[in-house]
Amino acid sequence: MTDILKPRDAKDVEDAVAWAASNDKALDVVGHGSKRGIGRPSQTDMTLDLSALDGVTLYEPAELVLSAKAGTPLAAIEALLASNNQQLDFEPMDYGPLFGAPAGQGTIGGVIAANQSGPRRIKAGAARDHFLGVTAVTGRGETIKSGGRVVKNVTGYDMCKALAGSWGTLAAMTDVTIKVLPKPETQASVVVEGLGDAQACAAMAAAMGSSCDVSGAAHLPDHVASHFAGLPRPEAATVLRLEGVTPSVEHRKQALASLLKPFGPVALLDEKDSVALWTSIRQVAPFAADSARARPLWRISTAPRQAQRLAELITPAAQMFYDWGGGLVWVAMPFENEADAGSIRRATAELGGHATLVRAPAALRAAVDVFEPQNAGLAALSKRVKDGFDPKGVLNPGRMWAGV
Amino acid sequence: MSVRMPEADGAVLARRQAIVKALRTLVPGEGVIATEREMKPFETDGLTAYHQLPLVVVLPETTEQVSQVLAYCHAEGIKVVPRGAGTSLSGGALPLEDGVLLGMAKFNRVKEIDLDNRVAVVEPGVTNLAVSVAVASDGFYYAPDPSSQIACTIGGNIAENSGGVHCLKYGMTTNNVLGCEIVLMTGEVLRLGGKHLDAEGYDLLGLIVGSEGLLGVVTEVTVRLLKKPETARAVMIGFPSSEDAGECVSAIIAAGIIPGGMEMMDKPAIHAVEEFVHAGYPLDVEALLLVELDGPGAEVDHLIERVEKIARDCRAVSCQVSNSEQQRLLFWAGRKAAFPAVGRISPDYYCMDGTIPRAQLPQVLKRMKELATHYKLGVANVFHAGDGNLHPLILYDSNKPGELDRAEAFGSDVLRLCVEVGGVLTGEHGVGVEKRDLMPTMFSEIDLAAQQRVKCAFDAKGLLNPGKVFPVLHRCAELGRMHISGGQLPFPDIPRF
Repeated sequence: MTDILKPRDAKDVEDAVAWAASNDKALDVVGHGSKRGIGRPSQTDMTLDLSALDGVTLYEPAELVLSAKAGTPLAAIEALLASNNQQLDFEPMDYGPLFGAPAGQGTIGGVIAANQSGPRRIKAGAARDHFLGVTAVTGRGETIKSGGRVVKNVTGYDMCKALAGSWGTLAAMTDVTIKVLPKPETQASVVVEGLGDAQACAAMAAAMGSSCDVSGAAHLPDHVASHFAGLPRPEAATVLRLEGVTPSVEHRKQALASLLKPFGPVALLDEKDSVALWTSIRQVAPFAADSARARPLWRISTAPRQAQRLAELITPAAQMFYDWGGGLVWVAMPFENEADAGSIRRATAELGGHATLVRAPAALRAAVDVFEPQNAGLAALSKRVKDGFDPKGVLNPGRMWAGV
Repeated sequence: MSVRMPEADGAVLARRQAIVKALRTLVPGEGVIATEREMKPFETDGLTAYHQLPLVVVLPETTEQVSQVLAYCHAEGIKVVPRGAGTSLSGGALPLEDGVLLGMAKFNRVKEIDLDNRVAVVEPGVTNLAVSVAVASDGFYYAPDPSSQIACTIGGNIAENSGGVHCLKYGMTTNNVLGCEIVLMTGEVLRLGGKHLDAEGYDLLGLIVGSEGLLGVVTEVTVRLLKKPETARAVMIGFPSSEDAGECVSAIIAAGIIPGGMEMMDKPAIHAVEEFVHAGYPLDVEALLLVELDGPGAEVDHLIERVEKIARDCRAVSCQVSNSEQQRLLFWAGRKAAFPAVGRISPDYYCMDGTIPRAQLPQVLKRMKELATHYKLGVANVFHAGDGNLHPLILYDSNKPGELDRAEAFGSDVLRLCVEVGGVLTGEHGVGVEKRDLMPTMFSEIDLAAQQRVKCAFDAKGLLNPGKVFPVLHRCAELGRMHISGGQLPFPDIPRF
């Protein structure tokens, strides 16, 4: 059982990392631990628990900016924003339920460290796109800051980008500043029913190429459709979300429905059903279900129009659905101890993009690459970046790649 | 020139003939320019107060040539300064006496337009506007639109993370680039990202964007394309004070409206522009706000009504909605011509680029007026109001002794003021040489060392664009050392479970 260090403030974090660096200890950096099952199994000496760094330190709705300590619960931030009719536009998904943990856990620091996003990714980007400023402790035990509280800033390197998606391997974030945005007045969804994968990808491309300003595009094939809320029928559904002011959503709903009619029968979802549907898409509902939880789960990012070809390259026994206009494919493998990494990696090599083994037993995550393997040049550059921040491998060593 | 550049390497200067000869074997024909007369156009960029002839100009045409030139320079210890269109306003492309100027202008092809995936693959020397033009007939465009978009290149946009007037709603370069091919100083060619979203490991592309040509030379870029909105209309609103205009901006955002563009100008800027463009700007107001709404007609009409009401509540004295596409473009023509317009009323102007928390605007404008009096110089302000990016134009005459120095001192004070109120030194023009020595007002030694370690990961010898961004250059070996302060750290204080 590893010891847990629970710093009370940013200074404690600096002390803890400096201590670890000078004593050759490795730290497992966590917030709530809701994503602890993701990544290569780590061999650390101690856990650095940042959950006591809790609290929103600045929130100015009219300036669209919020600062919080890194361990602040995401749920608290989302509730605060909602009370001001605002939101995190990148709509971070909740990994907890995929691992059988309760929903609604996770800290803002963790959301950024994993560069989380949701179905609005096609329009609003991921956590990285909303991450304005940071204070963090590098593996050298030094506190650095970068960015600021303004959206437009090119003063020095964009270190926020380096930390977003670094899974705590470069620095332990203590304070973060993010861009927040108004919540759309209303939403609705257009559903095309009964499409096969190829037609669905074509329909989503047509919708995304229209001026309807689609803010979510997913295809939910037959075999998983029953897990999603809000659908008119539990069968294959290609779904497009529209958000904005009421007259605009009304107008675009009609325009999109006529655009998609040639592809198949079209149904319209009102706000309530639309919210329910996109919540279940955001939470990857079919693969968070009890029945699916033992299945190794891949998250594959590729060019949207490659999604269908990707599906052809993967075993037909896998379950999958397409988010983000097809650019993101969630794939659950049929057998608990078989990730079938070979065929997944061959597919990403052929089609471009990358795959992450989000969920698998620890032994499997130790045996196959969890993150997309990099070519020699990129791997060496990544290692040099890591060494700049954390030369002694104090922070989450090996979580992304062996030796990094 | 008040900024000291790294000392020229005498050994490199002495070998100039041999270096030129070697480079000619790598880039044949007219790709190597070595006469003073022909190198003259490259001696400065958009920050014209600074100029320096380079050692030699090289204009490669292929990634392979870029790779070979960089590998050669790396092996020989020769500095390299990359250059796009040379529109940098911070001296990012200022040559070095002992450095190769690597001009990327010949990388000017749009390589692929992939509307199914809504991306374009372009070479870095393609101009910003050319990307949008290439896909305009299909109803798409590339969102970032800096004022210099006719001339500035995508490669330069990556270096400076350029924004433009629409970036509050549509993001900056970093939010609109999906992939690139870069050549490291060693000559190594790497591909980052592609047509898909998300980085596959560390977000190295995110580090490259805004790195001012210090990390690698970009040779290909994959950008996102957006579908053009069905309609766009602009509202031109006049206010009796900048406080009222600022309040209106806040009220619009507080109402949940994110306009496609939201720009503010102060009285001197309005007058300069109106004289130049005749856009119909009101001359009797202290501040002018341009608000553009885009989307389906039903949405735009609905939001314009709401913006008009908010403006009236904020004491607007005039409010005009564009009634045609032609008029909308005329409203914008004024704003987009603000820099040349100011150029007509003053022999020279010095363009600043701080960003501030928006609520600080009245305070900052007031302090700026005091500074103008103190330095005995005029100032006109244009402001990306939505995102807090301020462009004060300091008016001076370089032929009058002392005015350039006063303008620079004024500019530095303005930027310090931006930092003081919680903002930053540069929103989109970059640090370059211009703001290099102000970096310590925002960053500690430790912050700057951490950034330079990123530089070391990409360019361990520090040969790519040295003298820009960082006030003091440290050797990578020195930066790499760990300063361990001993084992007995105050652990008892930290709760353990």
